[in-house]
Amino acid sequence: MKFGVIIFPGSNCEHDVYHMIGKVLHQPVEFIWHQSRDLASCEAVVVPGGFSYGDYLRTGAIARFSPVMECVQKFAATGGLVLGICNGFQILLEAGLLPGAMLKNRGLKYVCQHVSIRVESSSTPFTSALQTGQVLSIPIGHMEGNYFCDDHTLWELEANQQIIFRYCTPDGQTTEAANPNGSLSNIAGICNRSRNVLGMMPHPERASEPILNSSDGLMIFESMVNALVHS
Amino acid sequence: MITEIQITPEILSQHNLSEEEYFRIVKVLGRQPNFTELGIFSVMWSEHCSYKSSKVHLKRLPTRGPHVIQGPGENAGIIDIGDGYAIAFKIESHNHPSFIEPYQGAATGVGGILRDIFTMGARPVAALNSLRFGPLEKAENRNIMEGVVAGIAGYGNCFGVPTVGGEVVFEECYSQNPLVNAFALGLFKKDQIFYGKATGVGNPVIYVGAKTGRDGIHGATMASAEFDEESESKRPNVQVGDPFLEKLLLEACLEAMKTGAIVGIQDMGAAGLTCSTCEMGGRAATGIEIDLQFVPQRETGMTPYEIMLSESQERMLLVAEQGREEEVLRIFRKWEIDAVRIGRVTADGLLRVKDRGVVVAEIPNRALTEEAPIYYRPMEEPQGSIRPLRLPSSARADKLDFDSLLPRFLASPNLASKEWIYRQYDHMVRTNTVQLPGGDAAVIRVKGTGKAIAISLDGNGRYCRQDPHLGAQIAVAEACRNLVCSGAQPLAATNCLNFGNPQKPEIMWQFSRVIDGMAEACRAFGTPVTGGNVSFYNETLGEGIYPTPVIGMVGLIEPVSQTTGSRFMKEGDAVVLLGPLSLEDEYSKAVSETLHALRPSEISGDLYSNWVNQLPCPSLSLNIERQVQRSCLQAIRLALLVSAHDCSDGGLAVALAEMCFSHYKKPSVGADISLPAGISVESLLFGEFPSRIIATLEPDNLGAVKKIAEENSVDFLQLGYVSGSHLRIRVGDEVVIHQPATSLEDLWRNSIGGRFKIAL
Repeated sequence: MKFGVIIFPGSNCEHDVYHMIGKVLHQPVEFIWHQSRDLASCEAVVVPGGFSYGDYLRTGAIARFSPVMECVQKFAATGGLVLGICNGFQILLEAGLLPGAMLKNRGLKYVCQHVSIRVESSSTPFTSALQTGQVLSIPIGHMEGNYFCDDHTLWELEANQQIIFRYCTPDGQTTEAANPNGSLSNIAGICNRSRNVLGMMPHPERASEPILNSSDGLMIFESMVNALVHS
Repeated sequence: MITEIQITPEILSQHNLSEEEYFRIVKVLGRQPNFTELGIFSVMWSEHCSYKSSKVHLKRLPTRGPHVIQGPGENAGIIDIGDGYAIAFKIESHNHPSFIEPYQGAATGVGGILRDIFTMGARPVAALNSLRFGPLEKAENRNIMEGVVAGIAGYGNCFGVPTVGGEVVFEECYSQNPLVNAFALGLFKKDQIFYGKATGVGNPVIYVGAKTGRDGIHGATMASAEFDEESESKRPNVQVGDPFLEKLLLEACLEAMKTGAIVGIQDMGAAGLTCSTCEMGGRAATGIEIDLQFVPQRETGMTPYEIMLSESQERMLLVAEQGREEEVLRIFRKWEIDAVRIGRVTADGLLRVKDRGVVVAEIPNRALTEEAPIYYRPMEEPQGSIRPLRLPSSARADKLDFDSLLPRFLASPNLASKEWIYRQYDHMVRTNTVQLPGGDAAVIRVKGTGKAIAISLDGNGRYCRQDPHLGAQIAVAEACRNLVCSGAQPLAATNCLNFGNPQKPEIMWQFSRVIDGMAEACRAFGTPVTGGNVSFYNETLGEGIYPTPVIGMVGLIEPVSQTTGSRFMKEGDAVVLLGPLSLEDEYSKAVSETLHALRPSEISGDLYSNWVNQLPCPSLSLNIERQVQRSCLQAIRLALLVSAHDCSDGGLAVALAEMCFSHYKKPSVGADISLPAGISVESLLFGEFPSRIIATLEPDNLGAVKKIAEENSVDFLQLGYVSGSHLRIRVGDEVVIHQPATSLEDLWRNSIGGRFKIAL
């Protein structure tokens, strides 16, 4: 069950994901340099958060041209599990692995805080250990997390149950006030049609041990391990 | 050598060099300096780089202790935290640039302190900052604060270091002189420390990082002069930061260090290439020869003077082992960072700068570093009304409405929640943040050790202005107390000393008194000062700041499970006070009189700040303080306490209210507090006496904690219980405060954000 964690210039959550998979989940894990042209026989790929290429252009817009992304595209096309967290989500959007785009937060400022998100679908390899409707406490930390897409895409996302997480109140209400960045329909995470690529703005690795005030995020990785074991 | 430009008194004055200093240069060189050399001397002998006015005083600080691996004199101090690990930490000011260009000034302040840490081989794992601005009522101050906070966030977030805490203070004297003090802490293995030494004659000197441009020329000299109306025109002196490049530089440097081919490394901070070359040579008693034609340049036509004095950011100088350069260069190529051999280490002790083979500067390293001028500047105690004006106590008989006073105090930006600020900082990256911002101290765990590091930054300019000696002691005491409340044993300190013009005898007197007070307090708490930074000339048009020493205190929590929060956790817990409830002294009398003279209805703005400025400095007994802290830590270590909170700004009433507030998943809760009658209610509720900790515990543990207090000769008083939804404070039979915790919290939490247009 080897996980690969991709490092782009400017990634800064790669050590956090690596620690969580290796030391908390006790699964094999390896870094993959962005210039790499293979995925080192990893069975799941995590595109971690950070500021790839400084986010000096549109977030994720340069990283998607890295050689490794070609491998990730192929890997995803053959059903491989790909999880993009925060900047990783933004890169997956730019790479076309997921639909839509990110706008600047409604408040025009970076926001770092714990938020509540509701699991909208447990029928993905990333959420199988969770219940639909379950509320998780997981932190966000981003400047561009205001998810946007056209009406048709939103309709498709809804119709195919591709919206996996929504920002909500601690008791599970997806209100406007519970939306920290203005994202469309309170979207915090979406998957692709085949459900093997997930992008999410909250950082599950930052909520993976009790000492970090929440370990709700761990269940996402546990779901991935389960999926790999059973495949 | 050719002296291209005639050195005139005007040129000397532009370089902030005195005539005596010029003659000294001539004597050192045995000839007249050329223009480039004059520039090099001017930055190295500037106050910022040479500490020429402060050095004689700084020597009085305690710098050694059982944990200290590296004291002052290197890029950062280092202490041993056991298990083979060490931490490097330091605080530095970026006040002047942040006033001129808030975003870039603050951003590059963060960048500079991070480089100081990773140049030693440590990976930065925590950043904090101590900020001071003018009152937020003025749009100009709001703009400065918004820019500074965005700059800190922009740099730290992208770099990937969590900004986990700090302090923010608002006071009129910082209107034209904002203070931006950035702290960083890094973690490494004890046997992997790197120093800024150019050892090994013949070893190659390698330049890595950003290309050199004309930005920041004379930043160090700018930070060594007062501001006037022309200061706006100094904007080009402020550097521009590139956190992305710094992140690459960090990874490349740490990776290159692992090769074992690097013998010394130093960042190019203030005075850039000049400072790094001569300091690295100076420390190793070697010389360095470089040729500027090899220096990567961003602009064309730069003169040797400009290249040597540029303060372009994100650059490092390293010395590699001869014959192993390629191992190092290869790693920088991988990270797509310029790395060029620009010279070599020599045996002659000289800084020799060539341009295409022609010598353009040749100066003994020691003349620029150890032998820079040292001044015993005249000192004089200030005369006149340093102590605040006490208003006549005409309204003594009026009954004070404490119940309406508390909400207004909590809404003061000085006491209010700083959430609007810290939520702009990524405070969770690296997944070590045990205590979220808003507690008494920042707490980060050290993975793989079961330990945690606690950090607190504290300053108190208001007290230091009245009594620099006592004020400095109070700041040190509070910093230690904040750590203790979080469950940490204070280990060592760094300091950032922000003052006015040292050529004024009263400023120098304040400085000297602060050092003595700080030295005594640090000795009392066993916390040596491992380094820091002095920022003089914080004056605009002759108006100076309060003397503002900021202490950065670092401590250890072991095991990490002893990390203690500062909020009321559960209904029924007992609330106790460790330390004196109130003192009947001059200070206490002043609290009473000034509160009675206050006309809340006539003051629309910040009532607390308006009031507190009229108070003198409270007294402090280092002995009592130490005993109080010892009791608290003993109780935490025996797992007897549920929470502990430092009781200082705003006094007992404000501290109790803060403990009621919600924190992350914990909802707000009330408390039922009974205080004894017979002492001044005003100073009981709002007096800011030091040496006090409010703790909560299960009622079953009251006896055990009381016993610990008694054994340490510390006052112990049960104040009441955590209970209900209201904060209710009774004095004798009279209820003086009765407020819903949630409405107090709303005022407290939204006060700062409410002053800015965009809510989210």
